Amino acid sequence: MKLSRIIANTGEWLSGAGPHDQIVVSSRVRLARNLKGKPFPGWAKKAERVAVLEEIRTAVEQLPEMEESFSEKLDDLSSLEKQVLVERHLISREHAAKGAGSAVVMNTSQTLSFMINEEDHLRMQAIRAGLQLDQVFAMINQTDSELEDTLDFAFHNDLGYLTACPTNVGTGMRASAMMHLPGLVMSEQVNKIINSVNKIGLAVRGLHGEGTEAMGNLFQVSNQTTLGETEEEIIGRLNKVIFQILEHEQNARQILLQQRAETLLDQIGRAYGILCHAHSITSKEALNLLSFIKMGVDLGLFPSNNRLHVDELFIETQPAHLQKGLQVTKLGAEERDSLRAALIRAKLKQMPEPEIGKIPTNGSSTTSTSSTSETSEES
Amino acid sequence: MFCDVCKSKEATVFLTQIVEGKMQKVNLCEGCSKEKGVNDPTGFALADLLLGLGAAQEIDKNPAGNRCPVCGFSQADFKKTGRLGCSACYDAFAEGLSGMLKNMHRGSIHTGKVPAKLRVGRLRNKEMTELQASLQKAVQEEQFEEAATLRDRIRKLEEESHAEAILSQEPSAEVNRIASITQSLGTVEPAQALGVPKPRKQS
Repeated sequence: MKLSRIIANTGEWLSGAGPHDQIVVSSRVRLARNLKGKPFPGWAKKAERVAVLEEIRTAVEQLPEMEESFSEKLDDLSSLEKQVLVERHLISREHAAKGAGSAVVMNTSQTLSFMINEEDHLRMQAIRAGLQLDQVFAMINQTDSELEDTLDFAFHNDLGYLTACPTNVGTGMRASAMMHLPGLVMSEQVNKIINSVNKIGLAVRGLHGEGTEAMGNLFQVSNQTTLGETEEEIIGRLNKVIFQILEHEQNARQILLQQRAETLLDQIGRAYGILCHAHSITSKEALNLLSFIKMGVDLGLFPSNNRLHVDELFIETQPAHLQKGLQVTKLGAEERDSLRAALIRAKLKQMPEPEIGKIPTNGSSTTSTSSTSETSEES
Repeated sequence: MFCDVCKSKEATVFLTQIVEGKMQKVNLCEGCSKEKGVNDPTGFALADLLLGLGAAQEIDKNPAGNRCPVCGFSQADFKKTGRLGCSACYDAFAEGLSGMLKNMHRGSIHTGKVPAKLRVGRLRNKEMTELQASLQKAVQEEQFEEAATLRDRIRKLEEESHAEAILSQEPSAEVNRIASITQSLGTVEPAQALGVPKPRKQS
Protein backbone atom coordinates (compact mmCIF):
# COMPACT_ATOMS: atom_id res chain seq x y z
CA MET A 1 0.00 0.00 0.00
CA LYS A 2 1.23 3.47 -0.89
CA LEU A 3 2.10 6.04 1.72
CA SER A 4 0.15 8.71 -0.15
CA ARG A 5 -3.00 6.63 0.27
CA ILE A 6 -2.41 6.25 3.98
CA ILE A 7 -1.69 9.88 4.64
CA ALA A 8 -4.62 11.06 2.56
CA ASN A 9 -6.73 10.08 5.56
CA THR A 10 -6.33 11.59 8.97
CA GLY A 11 -5.34 9.03 11.54
CA GLU A 12 -7.83 7.52 13.93
CA TRP A 13 -6.25 9.36 16.86
CA LEU A 14 -7.12 12.70 15.26
CA SER A 15 -10.51 12.04 13.70
CA GLY A 16 -11.76 9.42 16.14
CA ALA A 17 -13.47 9.92 19.46
CA GLY A 18 -12.34 8.92 22.92
CA PRO A 19 -13.01 9.72 26.56
CA HIS A 20 -12.17 13.33 27.49
CA ASP A 21 -10.97 14.01 23.97
CA GLN A 22 -11.57 17.75 24.30
CA ILE A 23 -8.58 18.07 26.57
CA VAL A 24 -6.74 14.79 26.10
CA VAL A 25 -5.99 14.76 22.39
CA SER A 26 -4.46 11.29 22.24
CA SER A 27 -3.09 8.39 24.28
CA ARG A 28 -0.01 6.53 23.20
CA VAL A 29 1.99 3.57 24.48
CA ARG A 30 5.31 2.57 22.99
CA LEU A 31 7.35 -0.52 23.77
CA ALA A 32 11.08 -0.82 23.09
CA ARG A 33 12.40 -4.29 22.24
CA ASN A 34 15.71 -5.67 21.02
CA LEU A 35 16.65 -9.00 19.55
CA LYS A 36 18.66 -11.34 21.73
CA GLY A 37 22.37 -11.50 20.98
CA LYS A 38 22.42 -8.70 18.41
CA PRO A 39 24.22 -5.38 18.96
CA PHE A 40 21.91 -2.39 19.40
CA PRO A 41 21.36 -0.31 16.20
CA GLY A 42 23.65 2.52 17.26
CA TRP A 43 26.59 0.13 17.65
CA ALA A 44 25.74 -2.47 14.99
CA LYS A 45 27.43 -2.59 11.62
CA LYS A 46 25.30 -1.88 8.59
CA ALA A 47 25.05 -5.55 7.58
CA GLU A 48 23.90 -6.45 11.10
CA ARG A 49 21.30 -3.71 11.03
CA VAL A 50 20.01 -4.90 7.67
CA ALA A 51 19.73 -8.49 8.94
CA VAL A 52 17.80 -7.35 12.03
CA LEU A 53 15.57 -5.19 9.84
CA GLU A 54 14.66 -8.13 7.61
CA GLU A 55 13.94 -10.42 10.54
CA ILE A 56 11.74 -7.95 12.37
CA ARG A 57 10.00 -6.59 9.29
CA THR A 58 8.96 -10.08 8.21
CA ALA A 59 7.61 -10.87 11.68
CA VAL A 60 5.70 -7.59 11.89
CA GLU A 61 4.18 -7.88 8.43
CA GLN A 62 2.87 -11.34 9.30
CA LEU A 63 0.87 -10.08 12.28
CA PRO A 64 -2.87 -10.52 11.75
CA GLU A 65 -3.51 -6.88 12.71
CA MET A 66 -1.07 -5.74 10.02
CA GLU A 67 -2.87 -7.39 7.12
CA GLU A 68 -3.61 -3.97 5.65
CA SER A 69 -0.43 -2.08 6.20
CA PHE A 70 2.21 0.18 4.85
CA SER A 71 5.82 -0.88 5.11
CA GLU A 72 8.82 0.97 3.78
CA LYS A 73 12.54 1.31 4.31
CA LEU A 74 13.46 4.78 5.45
CA ASP A 75 15.95 5.29 2.63
CA ASP A 76 13.08 4.75 0.17
CA LEU A 77 11.05 7.58 1.67
CA SER A 78 11.56 11.24 0.76
CA SER A 79 12.46 13.65 3.53
CA LEU A 80 9.03 15.23 3.11
CA GLU A 81 7.27 11.88 3.59
CA LYS A 82 9.32 11.16 6.68
CA GLN A 83 8.46 14.60 8.07
CA VAL A 84 4.75 13.94 7.49
CA LEU A 85 5.06 10.78 9.60
CA VAL A 86 6.83 12.72 12.34
CA GLU A 87 4.12 15.38 12.36
CA ARG A 88 1.55 12.61 12.80
CA HIS A 89 3.53 11.12 15.69
CA LEU A 90 3.89 7.85 13.80
CA ILE A 91 7.68 7.92 13.83
CA SER A 92 10.09 9.91 15.97
CA ARG A 93 12.30 12.74 14.77
CA GLU A 94 15.28 10.53 15.57
CA HIS A 95 13.90 7.76 13.41
CA ALA A 96 13.27 10.12 10.50
CA ALA A 97 16.96 11.00 10.57
CA LYS A 98 17.92 7.34 10.05
CA GLY A 99 18.79 6.03 6.61
CA ALA A 100 19.84 2.58 5.43
CA GLY A 101 18.89 -0.33 7.65
CA SER A 102 15.82 1.30 9.18
CA ALA A 103 12.17 0.91 8.29
CA VAL A 104 8.66 1.84 9.31
CA VAL A 105 5.56 -0.34 9.27
CA MET A 106 2.08 0.90 10.13
CA ASN A 107 -1.54 -0.13 9.75
CA THR A 108 -3.99 1.83 7.61
CA SER A 109 -5.90 3.32 10.52
CA GLN A 110 -2.53 4.56 11.82
CA THR A 111 -3.22 3.20 15.28
CA LEU A 112 -0.20 0.87 15.23
CA SER A 113 3.23 1.78 14.02
CA PHE A 114 6.59 0.04 14.18
CA MET A 115 9.94 1.75 13.98
CA ILE A 116 12.64 -0.74 13.08
CA ASN A 117 16.21 0.14 14.03
CA GLU A 118 15.54 3.41 15.70
CA GLU A 119 17.54 3.61 18.93
CA ASP A 120 16.38 0.06 19.64
CA HIS A 121 15.79 -2.76 17.17
CA LEU A 122 12.06 -2.36 17.50
CA ARG A 123 9.88 0.36 18.85
CA MET A 124 6.20 -0.27 18.46
CA GLN A 125 3.44 2.07 19.42
CA ALA A 126 -0.31 2.19 19.62
CA ILE A 127 -2.10 5.54 19.56
CA ARG A 128 -5.78 6.38 19.97
CA ALA A 129 -7.90 9.47 20.45
CA GLY A 130 -8.77 10.70 23.93
CA LEU A 131 -7.74 9.31 27.27
CA GLN A 132 -7.60 5.54 26.95
CA LEU A 133 -4.15 4.44 28.03
CA ASP A 134 -5.42 1.08 29.31
CA GLN A 135 -6.96 0.16 25.97
CA VAL A 136 -3.93 1.41 24.06
CA PHE A 137 -1.61 -0.61 26.28
CA ALA A 138 -3.77 -3.73 25.85
CA MET A 139 -3.47 -3.28 22.10
CA ILE A 140 0.30 -2.98 21.95
CA ASN A 141 0.78 -5.62 24.65
CA GLN A 142 -1.08 -8.14 22.56
CA THR A 143 0.99 -7.28 19.52
CA ASP A 144 4.13 -7.72 21.61
CA SER A 145 2.97 -11.14 22.80
CA GLU A 146 2.29 -12.20 19.23
CA LEU A 147 5.73 -11.08 18.12
CA GLU A 148 7.30 -13.03 20.97
CA ASP A 149 6.36 -16.25 19.17
CA THR A 150 8.61 -15.47 16.24
CA LEU A 151 11.20 -13.10 17.71
CA ASP A 152 13.55 -13.70 20.64
CA PHE A 153 13.70 -10.47 22.60
CA ALA A 154 16.66 -9.56 24.78
CA PHE A 155 15.45 -10.08 28.34
CA HIS A 156 17.46 -9.98 31.55
CA ASN A 157 16.33 -11.82 34.61
CA ASP A 158 16.65 -8.82 36.93
CA LEU A 159 16.50 -5.91 34.52
CA GLY A 160 13.71 -7.06 32.22
CA TYR A 161 13.67 -5.97 28.60
CA LEU A 162 17.09 -4.64 27.64
CA THR A 163 17.28 -1.39 25.71
CA ALA A 164 20.08 0.67 24.19
CA CYS A 165 19.50 3.43 26.71
CA PRO A 166 19.36 2.48 30.40
CA THR A 167 16.48 4.93 30.86
CA ASN A 168 14.16 2.51 29.03
CA VAL A 169 15.27 -0.78 30.57
CA GLY A 170 12.72 -2.93 32.40
CA THR A 171 9.33 -2.61 30.79
CA GLY A 172 10.73 -0.68 27.80
CA MET A 173 7.44 1.17 27.98
CA ARG A 174 6.71 4.83 27.49
CA ALA A 175 3.06 5.71 27.95
CA SER A 176 1.97 9.24 27.20
CA ALA A 177 -1.02 11.46 26.76
CA MET A 178 -1.11 14.59 24.63
CA MET A 179 -2.99 17.24 26.56
CA HIS A 180 -4.34 20.59 25.40
CA LEU A 181 -3.96 22.97 28.33
CA PRO A 182 -4.69 26.56 27.30
CA GLY A 183 -6.50 27.28 30.58
CA LEU A 184 -3.48 26.36 32.68
CA VAL A 185 -1.19 28.36 30.39
CA MET A 186 -3.39 31.47 30.47
CA SER A 187 -3.73 31.35 34.22
CA GLU A 188 0.02 30.79 34.53
CA GLN A 189 -0.37 27.57 36.45
CA VAL A 190 1.21 25.26 33.94
CA ASN A 191 4.80 25.59 35.20
CA LYS A 192 3.70 24.74 38.71
CA ILE A 193 1.96 21.64 37.36
CA ILE A 194 4.95 20.63 35.24
CA ASN A 195 7.28 20.95 38.21
CA SER A 196 5.13 18.84 40.49
CA VAL A 197 4.60 16.18 37.83
CA ASN A 198 8.36 16.00 37.25
CA LYS A 199 8.90 15.41 40.95
CA ILE A 200 6.91 12.20 40.96
CA GLY A 201 8.81 10.41 38.24
CA LEU A 202 6.63 11.53 35.36
CA ALA A 203 7.57 13.97 32.63
CA VAL A 204 5.80 16.81 30.84
CA ARG A 205 7.24 17.67 27.47
CA GLY A 206 6.50 19.65 24.33
CA LEU A 207 4.65 18.63 21.22
CA HIS A 208 7.20 16.22 19.79
CA GLY A 209 8.62 14.76 22.97
CA GLU A 210 11.94 15.23 24.61
CA GLY A 211 13.62 18.60 24.12
CA THR A 212 10.81 20.11 22.06
CA GLU A 213 8.95 23.33 22.62
CA ALA A 214 5.38 23.36 23.83
CA MET A 215 3.42 24.88 20.96
CA GLY A 216 -0.31 25.35 20.71
CA ASN A 217 -0.55 24.75 24.48
CA LEU A 218 -0.05 21.06 23.81
CA PHE A 219 1.86 19.03 26.37
CA GLN A 220 2.90 15.41 26.50
CA VAL A 221 2.63 13.76 29.90
CA SER A 222 4.54 10.51 30.15
CA ASN A 223 6.25 8.11 32.53
CA GLN A 224 9.91 8.77 33.14
CA THR A 225 10.86 5.50 34.82
CA THR A 226 10.58 2.02 33.38
CA LEU A 227 12.18 -0.27 35.95
CA GLY A 228 10.80 -1.49 39.27
CA GLU A 229 7.10 -1.26 38.50
CA THR A 230 4.76 -3.32 36.36
CA GLU A 231 3.30 -1.83 33.19
CA GLU A 232 -0.10 -1.62 34.88
CA GLU A 233 1.33 0.19 37.89
CA ILE A 234 3.05 2.76 35.66
CA ILE A 235 -0.12 3.36 33.65
CA GLY A 236 -2.20 3.54 36.82
CA ARG A 237 0.07 6.21 38.24
CA LEU A 238 0.06 8.11 34.96
CA ASN A 239 -3.72 7.91 34.61
CA LYS A 240 -4.18 9.33 38.07
CA VAL A 241 -1.97 12.31 37.30
CA ILE A 242 -3.58 12.90 33.90
CA PHE A 243 -7.00 13.01 35.57
CA GLN A 244 -5.69 15.53 38.06
CA ILE A 245 -4.27 17.73 35.30
CA LEU A 246 -7.56 17.37 33.43
CA GLU A 247 -9.46 18.63 36.46
CA HIS A 248 -7.02 21.50 36.94
CA GLU A 249 -7.49 22.49 33.32
CA GLN A 250 -11.29 22.38 33.60
CA ASN A 251 -11.06 24.39 36.80
CA ALA A 252 -8.73 26.94 35.26
CA ARG A 253 -11.15 27.43 32.37
CA GLN A 254 -14.07 27.92 34.76
CA ILE A 255 -12.14 30.46 36.77
CA LEU A 256 -11.10 32.30 33.62
CA LEU A 257 -14.74 32.42 32.55
CA GLN A 258 -15.86 33.73 35.88
CA GLN A 259 -13.07 36.17 36.62
CA ARG A 260 -11.38 37.05 33.36
CA ALA A 261 -14.07 36.47 30.78
CA GLU A 262 -13.15 39.63 28.91
CA THR A 263 -9.52 38.59 28.48
CA LEU A 264 -10.56 35.12 27.45
CA LEU A 265 -13.02 36.36 24.84
CA ASP A 266 -10.51 38.92 23.62
CA GLN A 267 -7.92 36.19 23.05
CA ILE A 268 -10.36 33.93 21.22
CA GLY A 269 -11.72 36.81 19.16
CA ARG A 270 -8.26 38.02 18.20
CA ALA A 271 -7.17 34.52 17.31
CA TYR A 272 -10.22 34.18 15.07
CA GLY A 273 -9.57 37.58 13.50
CA ILE A 274 -5.93 36.92 12.72
CA LEU A 275 -6.50 33.39 11.43
CA CYS A 276 -9.36 34.55 9.19
CA HIS A 277 -7.42 37.42 7.69
CA ALA A 278 -3.71 36.64 7.83
CA HIS A 279 -1.81 36.18 4.58
CA SER A 280 1.38 34.89 6.09
CA ILE A 281 1.66 32.94 9.29
CA THR A 282 4.35 30.74 10.87
CA SER A 283 3.42 27.31 12.15
CA LYS A 284 4.16 28.35 15.71
CA GLU A 285 1.83 31.34 15.55
CA ALA A 286 -0.81 29.28 13.80
CA LEU A 287 -0.70 26.58 16.49
CA ASN A 288 -0.86 29.08 19.31
CA LEU A 289 -3.87 30.83 17.78
CA LEU A 290 -5.58 27.57 16.81
CA SER A 291 -5.30 26.57 20.45
CA PHE A 292 -7.63 29.46 21.37
CA ILE A 293 -10.07 28.48 18.63
CA LYS A 294 -10.02 24.90 19.92
CA MET A 295 -10.76 26.13 23.42
CA GLY A 296 -13.51 28.31 21.92
CA VAL A 297 -15.12 25.20 20.45
CA ASP A 298 -14.86 23.48 23.86
CA LEU A 299 -16.56 26.48 25.48
CA GLY A 300 -19.40 26.49 22.98
CA LEU A 301 -18.42 29.73 21.22
CA PHE A 302 -18.26 27.94 17.91
CA PRO A 303 -20.62 25.22 16.66
CA SER A 304 -19.25 21.84 17.70
CA ASN A 305 -19.37 20.48 14.15
CA ASN A 306 -16.28 22.60 13.50
CA ARG A 307 -14.23 20.59 15.94
CA LEU A 308 -12.70 18.24 13.41
CA HIS A 309 -11.79 21.13 11.07
CA VAL A 310 -9.93 22.84 13.86
CA ASP A 311 -8.22 19.66 15.06
CA GLU A 312 -7.16 18.84 11.53
CA LEU A 313 -5.65 22.30 11.12
CA PHE A 314 -3.28 21.51 14.00
CA ILE A 315 -1.73 18.84 11.77
CA GLU A 316 -2.44 20.23 8.30
CA THR A 317 -0.61 23.48 9.02
CA GLN A 318 2.62 21.69 9.97
CA PRO A 319 5.41 22.30 7.43
CA ALA A 320 5.47 18.89 5.76
CA HIS A 321 1.70 18.45 5.69
CA LEU A 322 1.33 21.79 3.92
CA GLN A 323 3.45 20.54 1.06
CA LYS A 324 2.41 16.91 0.88
CA GLY A 325 -0.29 17.40 -1.75
CA LEU A 326 1.90 19.53 -3.96
CA GLN A 327 4.00 18.11 -6.72
CA VAL A 328 6.72 20.66 -6.12
CA THR A 329 10.17 20.73 -4.70
CA LYS A 330 10.53 21.81 -1.12
CA LEU A 331 9.03 25.22 -0.43
CA GLY A 332 10.84 28.00 1.39
CA ALA A 333 9.65 29.22 4.78
CA GLU A 334 7.97 32.33 3.35
CA GLU A 335 6.10 30.35 0.72
CA ARG A 336 4.96 27.93 3.41
CA ASP A 337 3.77 30.79 5.61
CA SER A 338 1.52 32.20 2.89
CA LEU A 339 0.30 28.74 1.90
CA ARG A 340 -0.52 28.05 5.54
CA ALA A 341 -2.44 31.32 5.90
CA ALA A 342 -4.45 30.53 2.77
CA LEU A 343 -5.31 27.03 4.03
CA ILE A 344 -6.47 28.36 7.38
CA ARG A 345 -8.53 31.13 5.77
CA ALA A 346 -10.25 28.61 3.54
CA LYS A 347 -11.04 26.23 6.38
CA LEU A 348 -12.25 28.91 8.78
CA LYS A 349 -14.54 30.41 6.13
CA GLN A 350 -17.05 27.69 7.00
CA MET A 351 -16.87 28.67 10.62
CA PRO A 352 -19.06 31.48 11.98
CA GLU A 353 -17.76 34.23 14.24
CA PRO A 354 -17.52 33.36 17.94
CA GLU A 355 -20.92 33.74 19.59
CA ILE A 356 -20.14 35.71 22.66
CA GLY A 357 -23.65 35.30 24.05
CA LYS A 358 -23.17 31.54 24.12
CA ILE A 359 -20.46 31.64 26.70
CA PRO A 360 -21.44 29.50 29.68
CA THR A 361 -21.69 31.81 32.62
CA ASN A 362 -21.94 29.11 35.23
CA GLY A 363 -24.83 30.07 37.46
CA SER A 364 -24.66 33.78 36.82
CA SER A 365 -27.46 35.19 34.69
CA THR A 366 -25.25 37.58 32.76
CA THR A 367 -25.33 37.05 29.05
CA SER A 368 -23.47 39.98 27.58
CA THR A 369 -19.73 40.38 27.75
CA SER A 370 -19.83 43.78 29.35
CA SER A 371 -21.82 42.61 32.35
CA THR A 372 -19.56 39.56 32.74
CA SER A 373 -16.55 41.81 32.87
CA GLU A 374 -18.24 44.02 35.46
CA THR A 375 -18.76 41.05 37.74
CA SER A 376 -15.15 40.09 37.32
CA GLU A 377 -14.02 43.53 38.36
CA GLU A 378 -16.13 43.36 41.48
CA SER A 379 -14.82 40.00 42.58
CA MET B 1 35.73 -13.72 51.53
CA PHE B 2 37.15 -11.16 49.15
CA CYS B 3 36.90 -7.40 49.34
CA ASP B 4 33.85 -6.08 47.44
CA VAL B 5 35.83 -3.21 45.97
CA CYS B 6 39.18 -4.59 44.84
CA LYS B 7 38.01 -8.22 44.60
CA SER B 8 41.56 -9.41 45.19
CA LYS B 9 42.39 -9.08 48.87
CA GLU B 10 40.80 -10.85 51.79
CA ALA B 11 38.10 -8.73 53.42
CA THR B 12 38.78 -7.84 57.02
CA VAL B 13 36.38 -4.96 57.53
CA PHE B 14 32.68 -5.87 57.55
CA LEU B 15 30.16 -3.08 57.41
CA THR B 16 26.42 -3.12 57.88
CA GLN B 17 24.27 -0.10 57.32
CA ILE B 18 20.53 0.42 57.16
CA VAL B 19 19.67 2.34 54.00
CA GLU B 20 16.02 3.19 53.38
CA GLY B 21 14.99 0.51 55.83
CA LYS B 22 17.00 -2.19 54.09
CA MET B 23 20.08 -3.79 55.53
CA GLN B 24 23.10 -3.56 53.25
CA LYS B 25 26.42 -5.24 53.85
CA VAL B 26 29.83 -4.45 52.44
CA ASN B 27 33.02 -6.38 52.98
CA LEU B 28 36.30 -4.55 52.49
CA CYS B 29 40.00 -5.27 52.72
CA GLU B 30 42.14 -3.05 54.89
CA GLY B 31 43.50 -0.99 51.99
CA CYS B 32 40.12 -0.27 50.44
CA SER B 33 38.53 0.50 53.79
CA LYS B 34 41.14 3.21 54.38
CA GLU B 35 40.75 4.53 50.85
CA LYS B 36 37.00 4.82 51.34
CA GLY B 37 37.45 6.54 54.69
CA VAL B 38 35.72 3.78 56.58
CA ASN B 39 37.72 4.51 59.73
CA ASP B 40 35.79 7.77 59.87
CA PRO B 41 32.26 6.43 60.19
CA THR B 42 30.61 9.85 60.06
CA GLY B 43 32.10 10.72 56.69
CA PHE B 44 31.44 7.40 55.08
CA ALA B 45 28.25 6.57 53.28
CA LEU B 46 27.88 2.96 52.44
CA ALA B 47 25.31 4.07 49.91
CA ASP B 48 28.03 5.82 47.89
CA LEU B 49 29.90 2.60 47.63
CA LEU B 50 26.80 0.62 46.81
CA LEU B 51 25.62 3.18 44.30
CA GLY B 52 28.59 2.44 42.17
CA LEU B 53 31.27 4.96 43.08
CA GLY B 54 33.60 2.17 44.06
CA ALA B 55 32.61 0.22 41.00
CA ALA B 56 33.34 3.09 38.66
CA GLN B 57 36.80 3.48 40.13
CA GLU B 58 37.37 -0.19 39.80
CA ILE B 59 36.46 -0.19 36.12
CA ASP B 60 38.74 2.78 35.49
CA LYS B 61 41.62 1.08 37.24
CA ASN B 62 41.26 -2.03 35.20
CA PRO B 63 41.55 -1.23 31.48
CA ALA B 64 40.91 -4.81 30.40
CA GLY B 65 37.60 -4.78 32.22
CA ASN B 66 36.15 -1.66 30.64
CA ARG B 67 35.11 -3.24 27.36
CA CYS B 68 32.11 -5.46 26.79
CA PRO B 69 33.55 -8.91 25.98
CA VAL B 70 30.75 -9.57 23.49
CA CYS B 71 30.53 -6.41 21.39
CA GLY B 72 33.68 -4.50 22.34
CA PHE B 73 31.76 -1.45 23.49
CA SER B 74 33.74 0.57 26.04
CA GLN B 75 32.93 2.56 29.15
CA ALA B 76 34.16 5.64 27.25
CA ASP B 77 31.69 4.96 24.43
CA PHE B 78 28.92 4.85 26.98
CA LYS B 79 30.00 8.13 28.53
CA LYS B 80 29.98 9.68 25.07
CA THR B 81 26.65 8.38 23.74
CA GLY B 82 24.65 7.48 26.82
CA ARG B 83 23.69 4.28 24.98
CA LEU B 84 24.99 0.75 25.39
CA GLY B 85 26.38 -1.48 22.64
CA CYS B 86 24.49 -4.73 23.18
CA SER B 87 22.53 -6.76 25.73
CA ALA B 88 25.72 -8.19 27.22
CA CYS B 89 26.90 -4.67 28.11
CA TYR B 90 24.37 -4.73 30.95
CA ASP B 91 26.34 -7.55 32.56
CA ALA B 92 29.76 -6.24 31.54
CA PHE B 93 29.12 -2.86 33.15
CA ALA B 94 26.71 -4.16 35.78
CA GLU B 95 28.47 -2.63 38.75
CA GLY B 96 28.71 0.84 37.29
CA LEU B 97 25.19 0.66 35.92
CA SER B 98 23.50 -0.55 39.07
CA GLY B 99 23.96 2.78 40.83
CA MET B 100 22.83 4.68 37.79
CA LEU B 101 19.73 2.54 37.37
CA LYS B 102 18.89 2.94 41.02
CA ASN B 103 18.93 6.72 40.67
CA MET B 104 17.11 6.69 37.37
CA HIS B 105 14.23 4.35 38.16
CA ARG B 106 11.84 3.49 40.95
CA GLY B 107 13.37 0.11 41.60
CA SER B 108 16.24 -2.03 40.45
CA ILE B 109 14.38 -5.25 39.68
CA HIS B 110 11.98 -5.68 36.78
CA THR B 111 8.53 -6.67 37.99
CA GLY B 112 6.59 -6.27 34.77
CA LYS B 113 5.94 -8.42 31.74
CA VAL B 114 8.08 -11.48 31.04
CA PRO B 115 8.18 -13.16 27.62
CA ALA B 116 6.05 -16.32 27.77
CA LYS B 117 9.03 -18.50 26.83
CA LEU B 118 10.95 -17.43 29.92
CA ARG B 119 8.18 -17.51 32.49
CA VAL B 120 8.78 -21.06 33.83
CA GLY B 121 12.50 -20.61 34.42
CA ARG B 122 11.91 -17.27 36.01
CA LEU B 123 9.40 -18.68 38.49
CA ARG B 124 11.87 -21.32 39.58
CA ASN B 125 14.55 -18.71 39.88
CA LYS B 126 12.33 -16.60 42.09
CA GLU B 127 11.62 -19.57 44.33
CA MET B 128 15.34 -20.21 44.49
CA THR B 129 16.07 -16.67 45.63
CA GLU B 130 13.41 -16.96 48.31
CA LEU B 131 14.74 -20.29 49.48
CA GLN B 132 18.23 -18.86 49.63
CA ALA B 133 17.03 -15.99 51.79
CA SER B 134 15.19 -18.36 54.13
CA LEU B 135 18.27 -20.55 54.33
CA GLN B 136 20.47 -17.62 55.30
CA LYS B 137 17.94 -16.60 57.91
CA ALA B 138 17.65 -20.11 59.32
CA VAL B 139 21.41 -20.35 59.57
CA GLN B 140 21.69 -16.99 61.27
CA GLU B 141 19.08 -18.06 63.78
CA GLU B 142 20.93 -21.35 64.19
CA GLN B 143 17.87 -23.32 63.06
CA PHE B 144 20.05 -25.96 61.50
CA GLU B 145 17.30 -28.52 61.06
CA GLU B 146 15.26 -26.01 59.08
CA ALA B 147 18.40 -25.02 57.16
CA ALA B 148 19.01 -28.61 56.13
CA THR B 149 15.45 -28.97 54.83
CA LEU B 150 15.79 -25.77 52.86
CA ARG B 151 19.08 -26.87 51.38
CA ASP B 152 17.55 -30.13 50.27
CA ARG B 153 14.80 -28.23 48.46
CA ILE B 154 17.36 -26.00 46.81
CA ARG B 155 19.31 -29.06 45.66
CA LYS B 156 16.14 -30.54 44.20
CA LEU B 157 15.42 -27.38 42.22
CA GLU B 158 19.02 -27.36 41.11
CA GLU B 159 18.71 -30.90 39.81
CA GLU B 160 15.56 -29.95 37.93
CA SER B 161 17.17 -27.08 36.17
CA HIS B 162 20.24 -29.17 35.37
CA ALA B 163 18.01 -31.81 33.90
CA GLU B 164 16.25 -29.21 31.81
CA ALA B 165 19.52 -27.80 30.62
CA ILE B 166 20.56 -31.22 29.41
CA LEU B 167 17.21 -31.93 27.81
CA SER B 168 16.97 -28.69 25.92
CA GLN B 169 18.95 -28.83 22.72
CA GLU B 170 20.09 -25.27 22.90
CA PRO B 171 20.47 -24.30 26.54
CA SER B 172 19.13 -20.80 26.89
CA ALA B 173 21.04 -18.19 28.79
CA GLU B 174 18.25 -18.27 31.35
CA VAL B 175 18.82 -21.91 32.23
CA ASN B 176 22.57 -21.40 32.36
CA ARG B 177 22.05 -18.56 34.68
CA ILE B 178 19.90 -20.61 37.00
CA ALA B 179 22.45 -23.39 36.92
CA SER B 180 25.22 -21.04 37.92
CA ILE B 181 23.12 -19.62 40.71
CA THR B 182 22.25 -23.02 42.05
CA GLN B 183 25.87 -24.07 41.86
CA SER B 184 26.97 -21.19 43.99
CA LEU B 185 24.04 -21.89 46.29
CA GLY B 186 25.07 -25.44 46.77
CA THR B 187 28.29 -24.32 48.37
CA VAL B 188 26.63 -22.16 51.00
CA GLU B 189 27.64 -23.84 54.21
CA PRO B 190 26.20 -22.80 57.55
CA ALA B 191 29.66 -21.93 58.82
CA GLN B 192 30.30 -19.69 55.86
CA ALA B 193 26.98 -17.97 56.13
CA LEU B 194 27.79 -17.25 59.77
CA GLY B 195 30.79 -15.30 58.65
CA VAL B 196 33.51 -17.87 59.14
CA PRO B 197 35.84 -17.17 56.22
CA LYS B 198 36.12 -19.87 53.64
CA PRO B 199 38.10 -19.57 50.43
CA ARG B 200 35.74 -18.81 47.56
CA LYS B 201 36.22 -20.16 44.10
CA GLN B 202 37.02 -17.40 41.66
CA SER B 203 34.41 -17.65 38.96
